[in-house]
Amino acid sequence: MDQTPLPQPLDDDGELTKLHPNYSHALRVHTTLSSIPFLVGALVLEGAFKGEGLFPSGIIAGPVLLIALALIIRIPMTRYNARGYQISADRLRVVRGLMFRSDTVVPFGRVQHIDVAQGPIDRFFGIATLTLHTAGNHNASVALPGLGEELAREMREDIRAHIRRETM
Amino acid sequence: MSETRRTAPLGVVIGALGSIQNAILPAVAIAFSGVGGGGRFLVALGVGLAAVTIGVVTSYVGWRRTTYTTGETDIRVESGIFSRAARSVPYERIQDVSLEAKLLPRLLGLVAVKFETGAGGADDLALTYLTAAEGERLRQLVRERRDEEAAAALAADPDAPATPAPAEAGPETGQVLFAMGPGRLLTFGLFEFSLAVFAVLGGALQYVDNVTSIDVWDVDLWYGWLKEQGSTVATLGPVAQAIGAVVGLIGLLIVGSVTGVVRTFLRDWGFTLTRSARGFRRQRGLFTRTDVVMPAHRVQGLVIGTGLLRYRFGWHSLSFVSLAQDDKEQSHVVAPFAKMAEIAPIVASSGFRLPGEATAWHRASARHRTDLALRDAAICVAAAIPTAIFAPAGLVLIPLGLAVLAVGANLYAWEFRRHAIDDKQVYASHGFLSPKQEIATRLKLHSVEIAQGPIARLRGYATVHLGLAGGSFAMRGVPIAEAKALRAAVLETIAGTDYSRLDAPPAPQALSGAQSEFSANLRAT
Repeated sequence: MDQTPLPQPLDDDGELTKLHPNYSHALRVHTTLSSIPFLVGALVLEGAFKGEGLFPSGIIAGPVLLIALALIIRIPMTRYNARGYQISADRLRVVRGLMFRSDTVVPFGRVQHIDVAQGPIDRFFGIATLTLHTAGNHNASVALPGLGEELAREMREDIRAHIRRETM
Repeated sequence: MSETRRTAPLGVVIGALGSIQNAILPAVAIAFSGVGGGGRFLVALGVGLAAVTIGVVTSYVGWRRTTYTTGETDIRVESGIFSRAARSVPYERIQDVSLEAKLLPRLLGLVAVKFETGAGGADDLALTYLTAAEGERLRQLVRERRDEEAAAALAADPDAPATPAPAEAGPETGQVLFAMGPGRLLTFGLFEFSLAVFAVLGGALQYVDNVTSIDVWDVDLWYGWLKEQGSTVATLGPVAQAIGAVVGLIGLLIVGSVTGVVRTFLRDWGFTLTRSARGFRRQRGLFTRTDVVMPAHRVQGLVIGTGLLRYRFGWHSLSFVSLAQDDKEQSHVVAPFAKMAEIAPIVASSGFRLPGEATAWHRASARHRTDLALRDAAICVAAAIPTAIFAPAGLVLIPLGLAVLAVGANLYAWEFRRHAIDDKQVYASHGFLSPKQEIATRLKLHSVEIAQGPIARLRGYATVHLGLAGGSFAMRGVPIAEAKALRAAVLETIAGTDYSRLDAPPAPQALSGAQSEFSANLRAT
C-alpha cells in the first residue's frame, strides 16, 4: 500500500486527450454503412410508387440521400470532437456524447479485467477499443474506442501493471 | 478430505410426485376434450400413466447420476442423464449458502441447497434435495473452508498484525436482530393491499372456459346478465344505487386486504433476522421456508424503502444490496416492515451508519425541479391539444388537470430528492410521494459518472451515477460544480484501496489506508 504513487494534482477536469485522428474516418465509414439500409429502403419505395405517377421521381430518395450525406460529412467530426479521455496515475476518465454527455472515471483499483478489441474497420485504420470492466452494475464496462493500436496495448499493460502491484 | 456423495434418496419421491402433478392436467384435458369419443377416458388414463412412469424413471435415473464432491478448495457437482455436466465452484467464490424448503420437501425433512456466487439466479449451483442435517453440514463446511482461506491469506500478509480474527470464537446461534410476530404481520399485510386476486380469478375463468362449455368471453352473455342486473338496480332508486356502490367498494377493500394479509403470512411467517459472528441469517416462510445467510462484509449498500401510506405511519423496509440475488429480487430484504428505531440496530450491526443530525443533506438543483415540472406539464398540455380539437368540449379539462397535478407532484418530489456525503458513506434519497433512501460505502464504489442531457447541460446540473456492485446508485439534479466536487471526493477514497482488499473481513491495513484518505479528504476540503 505504501508504494502507491504520490497523488499528483488530481484534476479530473483537466485537458482531455484527443483520440486517434483515424477514429473520425472509422466513424465516417460506420455512418456510411449504417445509412445504406435507409437509402435502399428509399429506393425500394421510390420503385414501388413509380407507376402511380403521384409525385415526381426522386422525392423520397433525394431527401434521404441529402440527409445521409449531411450526416456522413458532419457527424463523424462532431462526434470525434466530443470524445476524449484522460489517463492519470491511478484512474482513467472517459468523456463521450454529443447530446447526452457522460463523463466517467474508473479508478484502476476497481478494474476487474481489460479488453482490447478491434473490428475489421478498426483494423484497417489501425485503431482499437479499450474496455475496462468493473464490478459495479452501472458502468459494468467502460469502453474507450478510437485509440491507436499501439497505445491501446500500452495502456492495457500500464493498467494491468497497476492492478498487479496493488494486489501483491 | 474429499468425499463424493449422492443427494437424498427421498428426493426421488418428490420428483415422482412432481411428475404426477404435471401429468394430471394433460390427462384431465384429454378426458374433457372431444378426442377419441367414448374411449377418451382410457386414453387419458394411459397418457397419465405414461407421463408418471417416465417422470418416476427420469427422477430416479437423475438421482442415480447426480453426485457432489466436497473437495479441498471447491464443491463439484456432476449431473445429467444423457449429457453430463460437471460444475465446480471454489469456496471463496461462494457468497452465501441458502437453504430452501418448499412444503412437500419440508414434510419429508429435505431442503434445496443453493450456493450463491453472484453469477445470477439460473447460473448458481443448486443441489435439490438433501436432508436438512446434510444441508446444514454443507453450509457449515463452506463457511469453515472460506474462513480458513481468509485466515491463510491474512497469515501470508506480512503487514497484518497477529490479531486473531474476531469471527472465530463467535457462537453459532447469534442474537436476534429483528423478528415479526403475527400481530406485526397482520399490520404489514393490511398495507400490502393487493387486487392481484382478480387477475388470478381472470386466469381461472379462462381455464374454466377451456374445460367447460361456458364461454366466459362471450360478451352477449355478460351484457344480457348485466342488463338484467342493471335494470333491477335502476328500479331501486338513487339511494340504493349509492349504497350498492359503497358496498361494492367495501367488498373490494376487504378482498384486497385479505389478499395482502394472506400473501404476507405465506411469505413472511416467522420472519427472524439473526446476527451471528459470521453474518446475517434470515429465516421466513409458512409453507416454503427459506433460510439465507449473508456475510456482513458482502453487504455493498442499504436501501430503506417505504410506501405511500405506510410512510405516513412511520413504517419502513430495509434491504441489503449485495452481489447475491434474493429469489426474484435484486437485494435481500432484512426487515420488510419496521419502525426506524428497529432498523437502526440492524444498520449499525452491518457496519453502516444511518444519516443523522450531522448529515449535510444537499437538495437537488431548483432548476432541475423546474425543468422536470415543465417537461411533465408540457407533455400533458401537448395531449390536451388534440383532445380540444377532436373530443367533446369538457374533456380537455382532463389533460389540463393532469398538467397541474404533474407540476404539483414534481414540486413535492423535490422535497425528497436529496443527497449527502460524509467521510465514509454516500446517501441519496428520492421518490414521488414517499422517500426511498440509499446508502453506500464510499470505499465499495467502482466508478463515477457525471451524465448530462442537453437540457441539463444548458441549465447546469447533472446526474451522478456511482457504480455499486449488485445495485445502482444515482444522485439526480446535482449542480455541476457540486457534482465535480463529489466525484473528486469519492474517487479519492476509491483509488486508495484496491479491489482485492475490499472483502477482506478484518483488514487493519485497509483501515489505516482509509484513515490516511480521510486526512487527505480533510486537506482537500
